[in-house]
Amino acid sequence: MEFLPTVWFILIAVLWTGYLFLEGFDLGVGMFMKLVARNEQERRLLLNTIGPVWDGNEVWLITAAGATFAAFPLWYASLFSGLYLPMLLVLLALIFRAVSIEYRGKINSSSWRARWDWGLSLGSLFAAFGVGMALAITTTGLPLNANGDRVGGPFSWFSWYAVLGGLAVVGFCLAHAAFFISLKTDGEMRHRARGFALRLLPLLLLPLIGWAVAVQLQSGKPAGLALIVVAVAAAAICWARSRAGREGQAFAAQAIFLLGVTGSIFSNVYPVVLPSTLDPANSLTVGSAAASDYTLGLMSIVACFGVPLVLAYQSWTYWVFRKRLKIESIPEPHSLPAAV
Amino acid sequence: MDPLEIARWQFGITTVYHFWMVPLTIGLGPIVALFNTLWVRTAKEQYLRMTKFWGKLYLINFILGVATGIVQEFQFGMAWSEYSRFVGDVFGAPLAMEALLAFFIESTFLGLWIFGWKRLPARIHLACLWIAVIGSVVSAYFIIVANSWMQHPVGVTMVDGRPQMTDAWAVFTNNTALVAFSHTIVGSLAVGGAFLLGIAWFHLWRRRQTGIDTVDDNGRVVVGEAGGDTGANRDACDYRVWFRSLRIGAWIAVIAFAGVAATGDIQGKLMFEQQPMKMASAEAACHSGTSFSVLSVGDLGSKDCDDVTNIVEIHGLLSFLAHGDFSTEVKGVNDLIPEYESAYGTTIPDDPKYGQRAGTTVDFVPVMEVTYWGFRLMIGFGALAAFAAAVALLITRKGTVPKSKWLMRLAVLGIAAPFIANSAGWIFTEMGRQPFVVAPNPDPSGVDGVFMFTAAAVSPGVSFAEVLVSLIVLTLVYGLLMVVELKLLTRYVRSGVASAMPELVHQPDPDAKKDDDVLAFAY
Repeated sequence: MEFLPTVWFILIAVLWTGYLFLEGFDLGVGMFMKLVARNEQERRLLLNTIGPVWDGNEVWLITAAGATFAAFPLWYASLFSGLYLPMLLVLLALIFRAVSIEYRGKINSSSWRARWDWGLSLGSLFAAFGVGMALAITTTGLPLNANGDRVGGPFSWFSWYAVLGGLAVVGFCLAHAAFFISLKTDGEMRHRARGFALRLLPLLLLPLIGWAVAVQLQSGKPAGLALIVVAVAAAAICWARSRAGREGQAFAAQAIFLLGVTGSIFSNVYPVVLPSTLDPANSLTVGSAAASDYTLGLMSIVACFGVPLVLAYQSWTYWVFRKRLKIESIPEPHSLPAAV
Repeated sequence: MDPLEIARWQFGITTVYHFWMVPLTIGLGPIVALFNTLWVRTAKEQYLRMTKFWGKLYLINFILGVATGIVQEFQFGMAWSEYSRFVGDVFGAPLAMEALLAFFIESTFLGLWIFGWKRLPARIHLACLWIAVIGSVVSAYFIIVANSWMQHPVGVTMVDGRPQMTDAWAVFTNNTALVAFSHTIVGSLAVGGAFLLGIAWFHLWRRRQTGIDTVDDNGRVVVGEAGGDTGANRDACDYRVWFRSLRIGAWIAVIAFAGVAATGDIQGKLMFEQQPMKMASAEAACHSGTSFSVLSVGDLGSKDCDDVTNIVEIHGLLSFLAHGDFSTEVKGVNDLIPEYESAYGTTIPDDPKYGQRAGTTVDFVPVMEVTYWGFRLMIGFGALAAFAAAVALLITRKGTVPKSKWLMRLAVLGIAAPFIANSAGWIFTEMGRQPFVVAPNPDPSGVDGVFMFTAAAVSPGVSFAEVLVSLIVLTLVYGLLMVVELKLLTRYVRSGVASAMPELVHQPDPDAKKDDDVLAFAY
């Protein structure tokens, strides 16, 4: 067993889990702008629950991709070039999402805002779906040749696993956002979000469980199965705590659910980082895709210092903005003064 | 059809576009932080207004930099997978460090600053901005370390045909990186300075034009106040906002240019050592010699470049730029070609993964029209912006701008000059590196045999159609976002300080119930 590559495999799994946990709810809130909010005030309320933190959350994705490049360059190269079109979709979605959040309130006009609401909702939806597809393919495989290049044309990455992964992340984001909103808001929105989660929780989490089970059937490690059981139990607890009105506990249970699922998936695929559906000999593994020990050692030192620091100040951000928001918390929108 | 050309266009377009946002972010950030510091220390209203106004423009711009930056990171894997495989052991590290050590800081603390008004104590709130600004500078450092490794690969040895990092210190203190980093930072400050100068000039001019400010017999300004609907943003404090912004911006622009020139000179001398072909083609210097040609005409694209005629030549200057004396001969393109051919081969490696490009002949001369004019546009527009700022300092020394509409237009147009200089500089340095994506270095500190042809770097498995679709879509989206950003910036600029401080015009309703929990800022 290669020690440092394994450490980095775990770290990348942590980064993806962190990304799904943190940006999971802000992607979901983005989708809720068109799905749950009923008027302008509610949309602004929703948007401001993620306002101070969404940008920091998105950096988890950038770090996950960067860490993959640094630690497993061959994985990064094969995955990103193999999934050219899905990655393009994710990029466009993230661009529209980011710009929509920042620009929607900059001009006080309902048609202007309506346009950016679509940008935000669809951007969030497609970003979640695309990330889900890419992650699922990472666990179920691409038609890779011996050089690690995808063969068979622009859509040869497509498989039903990809769709399942897309649905899994979208569903998780919606459920996660519903718990987040019920934790972060007060008044009618809090209850409506909770009702949404309680009614639809099994449906929203099912694809993610399905993906974990598919990977389980593929490799069948006992630890993976145990983690799936933990995840399902956590989901049940989450539902029950939410029903009892304990949003904080429900949100924590949701975190355990996610850890269980990603833990199961990543531990089941290890040591393969990207399977080839053509020939198992072409599959990329932790050992064959990794950078040198020197680079991994350097990156490990940086990560030992950087990751706790990031966790510390991001936690502080959540602490600073810990108060529940309500409609009355949001200041009036204003028009720009006329230019002279 | 070959995806290579399309992939190159895509990288060029997305990078130059991204680099319109970046210098403004890096240049404007410290200025906003400075104003915020002055506000915290002096509690003078004008500094609060300056912080809010320039801060608003900073944020409108910042988000596009973020959105287009992700594309940059993903592209290496998507379109340039052979490149990613080749350099992964050394190139990914600075990229990952940028995300982990800089971009996280920038994004998180900027969020704290935007939403933290009145929620955080003033000093901590200010510290958040400074931390974010420092994060953006550190971010630039890591990215330039990565880029400089492509210009001057150091700190590696070749193992199984791929460079492997052996000396991280060498990579992170690459002389190319240190000098390019300083050059970029001062270049960005020049952008920030011109931005302040142009916009502040516009507002002072408007005050002159509408008769708010007048000039007395001694040429001194008499600051007026305008009441009415727009009252709060046309008062005496408003005048101080624009005048101080203008002077500070102009000084920054002038001082930054001194830094740009000094670092540019060092960088030029390094490049003559490390990438002699790039510099020779920047000078359209076909034959070895010591003369610098200010202006050359003829067919710059011709391979032997015998058609190039130098119109204005300064004897010894090229030697001075390259070596610091007037008599050392600098090698020209024609003499460099055989040297490059014997050192790096004449064809793309004969490997099936390079497809139809395997075995094709390599042209070692970069597109000379681009390097030659890129170099001159960079220096020309940079100097023009600094000269304009110096003139602006002279004109405004008595307290305001003249009534001339044309001067106002020049000041506003002048905002574009350092942007053009920055873009031209990057296009020159990147295109001048061709045909290499990782440029080999003949200088003593370069590592032997570490280089990669651009044509060998593109993703072998990706089709022409995929890259073409992404090129078209990204270009259209970027174009659309450019229009939106310019529209927003223009609106906020024209509305003045009150665009960022609605409380100046929309007086809060005194009868409204007090709620302490209302956010000071909300989307």
